[in-house]
Amino acid sequence: MEPETPFLTRLAALDYSVLQQCMHCGMCLPTCPTYVETGRERNSPRGRIALMRAIADGEMTTTREFGEEMYYCLGCLACTTACPAGVNYPVLFEAARAEVERAQVLSNPKRDAIRWFTLRFLFLRPRLLRFAGRMLWLWQASGAQTLARRLKLTRLLPANLERLEPQTPVMRRHFSDALIKSIEKPASGAPRYRVLVLTGCVQDLAFSDVNRATVDVLLENGCEVITPRAQSCCGSLHAHNGDEASAQVLARRQLDAVDLSQLDAIISNAGGCGSHLRQYDHLLHDDPQYAARAREWSKKLKDIHEWLVEIGFRKPATAPDSLRASSTSAGTSCTVTYHESCHLCHGQKVSRQPREILKSLPGVELKECAEANWCCGSAGVYNITQPETAAWLQTRKVGHVQATGASWVATANPGCHLQLENGLKAAAPSGASTTQVVHPIVLLAEAYAAERSAALR
Amino acid sequence: MLPSSFLTELQSAAPSLTVLTAREDILPYGFDGTATLKGAAGAVVFPKNATDVASILRLSRAHRVPVVTRGSGTGLSGGSVPVPGCIVLCLVDMNRILEIDTKNLTLTAEPGVITQRIFDAADAVGLFYPPDPGSMKISTIGGNVAENAGGLRGLKYGVTRNYVMGLEVVLPDGSVAHLGNKCVKDVAGYNLRDLFIGSEGTLGVVTKVLLKLLPKPAARQTLLATYASMDAAAETVSAIIAEKIIPCTLEFLDQRTLRCVEAFAKVGLPTEAEALLLIETDGHPAAVADEALRIEAICARHQALAVRRAATAEEAVRLATARRSAFSALARLRPTTILEDATVPRSELAAMIRFINTVAQKHRVEVATFGHFGDGNLHPTFLTDERNHEEMHRVEAAMREIFDYALSLGGTITGEHGVGLAKKNFLHQQLGDSSFALLKTIKKALDPDGLMNPGKIFDLAENATTPSSAHAHGA
Repeated sequence: MEPETPFLTRLAALDYSVLQQCMHCGMCLPTCPTYVETGRERNSPRGRIALMRAIADGEMTTTREFGEEMYYCLGCLACTTACPAGVNYPVLFEAARAEVERAQVLSNPKRDAIRWFTLRFLFLRPRLLRFAGRMLWLWQASGAQTLARRLKLTRLLPANLERLEPQTPVMRRHFSDALIKSIEKPASGAPRYRVLVLTGCVQDLAFSDVNRATVDVLLENGCEVITPRAQSCCGSLHAHNGDEASAQVLARRQLDAVDLSQLDAIISNAGGCGSHLRQYDHLLHDDPQYAARAREWSKKLKDIHEWLVEIGFRKPATAPDSLRASSTSAGTSCTVTYHESCHLCHGQKVSRQPREILKSLPGVELKECAEANWCCGSAGVYNITQPETAAWLQTRKVGHVQATGASWVATANPGCHLQLENGLKAAAPSGASTTQVVHPIVLLAEAYAAERSAALR
Repeated sequence: MLPSSFLTELQSAAPSLTVLTAREDILPYGFDGTATLKGAAGAVVFPKNATDVASILRLSRAHRVPVVTRGSGTGLSGGSVPVPGCIVLCLVDMNRILEIDTKNLTLTAEPGVITQRIFDAADAVGLFYPPDPGSMKISTIGGNVAENAGGLRGLKYGVTRNYVMGLEVVLPDGSVAHLGNKCVKDVAGYNLRDLFIGSEGTLGVVTKVLLKLLPKPAARQTLLATYASMDAAAETVSAIIAEKIIPCTLEFLDQRTLRCVEAFAKVGLPTEAEALLLIETDGHPAAVADEALRIEAICARHQALAVRRAATAEEAVRLATARRSAFSALARLRPTTILEDATVPRSELAAMIRFINTVAQKHRVEVATFGHFGDGNLHPTFLTDERNHEEMHRVEAAMREIFDYALSLGGTITGEHGVGLAKKNFLHQQLGDSSFALLKTIKKALDPDGLMNPGKIFDLAENATTPSSAHAHGA
């Protein structure tokens, strides 16, 4: 019995075969963090798909409970790696969240205001976002933040903000545009490739050093690097949070800013962004003006590790400086473990390449940690929206990292980076962790740099 | 709908019990791993121990509420699909390994323990739990016992039944029975333990399992042989058995299956081959080396295109894991994937394979075949679309012919998945009048109210209700 619906829900409007692709065999269950946490089917991929299908079939309406379930899902996509049937979960997940927003089942004034401010205001305006980052930097660099923390002024914040305040990422003094020229060419020889580097938004403000390192390793490997100024957000935040319209606006903006025919590759160095950036072909597939360009974009979009391995990157001859410093004595190697960003390994299926890069570093021993491809709980804004599950995953992850005894944990996504850093800090008795977090590309860039300075000596 | 006072009484009888009733919570318990079968429970309850289970069963009996027991819901015959007005008794929270007895080589576990964990726990102390159903990473041991699950190692090591030494069972009246013990020999009374293995939740609820373990084989070797024809692969299997070699695993994949598995697992399977055999031998290193050589020679004699050895233990595990994904990987091709497990005596394998292909052509349906060739257990898998009614009718016609033919060869309608809902219309034909009547006599003696997973395996009454099916597929 189908209830009368005046319009199609977002799920009913989907290609039904995507929903049908799930044959509910259950292979996804053991890899789904939320199912492992609760042991309840509704918190599993196949359970969520069953709920989506019930809505698409008109057996169920879009309820508040459904909305909460869709936001309880991490969107880590571990299920897509486990799924032999090849269910396109990202498409289902984004359509389901868009449906939740369309039906406004979670709507309340506070949530609506936050969503408007972040999705529709701040993250649609690249210059405003950087201005906010600059203000935050001033607050931190002037000592005001330390003072406020010491005076316990943070207690004046609402409870959930007070909890989140210590996790505020540290802003960089220089953002990417100040560190990277819009066109840079390899120091010697004619460039073998011409590539474009995407600087991201959080990455740009809090990890602009990663962007600089990305450009450095590309130059070192014969790539001419183009880095457009004041880049927009890629829209992953919007797409993952049910705001497809804004995601499309941002995707079009990215496409307008580049001449794809002049590029061999578009390079992303953040797992979460890259995973979404690859989906532009799907996101704009029924936009006659942009569909063709979006397809070309998706084809050329490469994760930095993937690209370097593809072009046969040069293995450095010297150990990176920061690792040499943390080796106990000369000649011994430094242990590094690798945490896989979900959207890098599950979203982009790039898993082998970052390890290859780490293993190429002289003086580095890569020691695998348990559940390396499990979510750390950062998951976009999940650590803000679902603090309990995020904290459980963070503790689990930190435990596995510490069990390796590694002095460094490498990871290639800003969200994971912050989550690991905060988790390791909290787990260290003195509040200062002995395990440091680093992007693999930063280590590679350091190794190349160490090589050059050794040659000068 | 559940009787109004049932849930309140349940909560007071077992206050710590988790009971789910919200639509969003219980809808995902409406199915298992079987295609096209769907039902709706009135509530899903999560007992913590046998006492909880006993309270639930007593109360269900008082209120005439049917009970459908399930673990992870990976069954392949609809055994745990809810029936109207039932509660689903989900045992996943009873998930402790209670004991590993290295003196008697046994392991005691609650029913909700994942099969893989049992294997790992045994492995950690140098022991071996052989049954390895395709879903072992998530299936529960309780479900394995209820369905008498098989697996890739069935050829040499048998199925779940061969490893169950004892069971604790809550009977439909709420009493708790202990069946079996740690003795290797025990002939006291009827073997009631075996009655519950494979009873698909229709006689009682298993709340504890005592398992037999084996010493871990010291060596193993995995071989891959490719063929230009299915017949040549089938003949190789017959020849291996005829030469009195019993490998641990002797798996077959046809080209369709091979390509889907490779698309998912990317383990370097030769997708150009028409057929592939995955063979594993295990045991004493010298025996393994000898068997591997002899198997290679037999493959070569039977027109194998190539025979390759897994280079490392990791590669062997990757290959076996890839094979376990075959059924789900086939879902890449069409919207609905209906898996059967008709099984024939091994000498009839080649005939059965030929027949499946003929029937598929005759009814114009897509079938991919893989399975445990060594034990005659085939998995012809229909690739179809449940929304195409006309095609579904052709699938059903083809399926019926396959069952009829398997039975005519002295085979069975199900080798390892159970009857459940999917195959109950064919059971009478296989068993004949008196055995079929005997099943009902036993059911009535143990479950006189007919509340334990009613309508599964067989219908007690002619007008019994069954869950809805998008299609009359087997139901």
